[in-house]
Amino acid sequence: MTIFINGESRELKDVSTLAALLDALDLPKQRVAIELNKQVIRKPDWETTEVSNNDKIEVVHFVGGG
Amino acid sequence: MSDKFTLAGKEFTSRLIIGTGKYRSLDEMKAAHTVSGAEMVTVAVNRVPLDRKTESFLDHLNPSMQILPNTAGCYDADHAVRTARLAREALDTEWIKLEVIGDPVTLLPDNEKTLEAAKVLVAEGFIVLPYFTDDLIMAKKLLDAGCPAVMPLAAPIGSGMGVQNPSNLRIMREQLPDATIIVDAGVGVPSDAAIAMELGADAILMNTAIAEAGNAAHMATAMKLAVQAGRLGYLSGRMPKRLYASASSPIAGAIR
Repeated sequence: MTIFINGESRELKDVSTLAALLDALDLPKQRVAIELNKQVIRKPDWETTEVSNNDKIEVVHFVGGG
Repeated sequence: MSDKFTLAGKEFTSRLIIGTGKYRSLDEMKAAHTVSGAEMVTVAVNRVPLDRKTESFLDHLNPSMQILPNTAGCYDADHAVRTARLAREALDTEWIKLEVIGDPVTLLPDNEKTLEAAKVLVAEGFIVLPYFTDDLIMAKKLLDAGCPAVMPLAAPIGSGMGVQNPSNLRIMREQLPDATIIVDAGVGVPSDAAIAMELGADAILMNTAIAEAGNAAHMATAMKLAVQAGRLGYLSGRMPKRLYASASSPIAGAIR
């Protein structure tokens, strides 16, 4: 399955949910937010939200800015 | 003298709001934040890097400070709205500094798109603090849209040029006496901050002036004092400007 995450394409196997995706890519889970195909997915739903081929996902955190 | 700054129902002692970008080091940022006395800091929303481990930037902020996420880098209303929604989800805060930029060279705001995004976000329950060009009519529209404050620029972001159009700020203050006006962007030195406050701004948001100073902590202290001085000067009521002199010492009784 190909997904597009933060503007990059990734080939993933055995990843069915957003939570599993974060684990597979070793991404942080605290104080981050996820958008799946332009819809924010609330944290309690990460375990049950399925990812599909060609999904566009954004995972964001906070950085310094003005 | 008690002179609290209330914004969207929250009370602040400090009228200085600061950024978190461009510091040479996190230690320097933390030192500047501490001495600034600021109670609110703004942070940017950004993609998590996929190829390396990152620590949470938020761990470097004083937990007592109100975090104000911003939509920096957004060039249309839809992007700004999406960014605000992500920030709310990640931080569990309704507060958002709304920036919709119109052009990458000047980073001047696109007022039309800012208003469009503000309407959507207010309807979704956000506390929207919009950055916009220092224009009275746009200020009115943003306030009518439900923004609890407006944030006119003094000069382009990161320019350090100071208040380029003091008349606009003065007119905005006089015509919108009850509005909360926060000058956002363009301050370079403490006197710029003092001038903005003397013109009646309720608070100032700045980043680069402190972060790029030779000594960020000293500049943060200077900015804190300048904001306080300008505020007190505004509240005190300035003397009228006169074209000609007005003697300070009595003329009568001077020896001849």
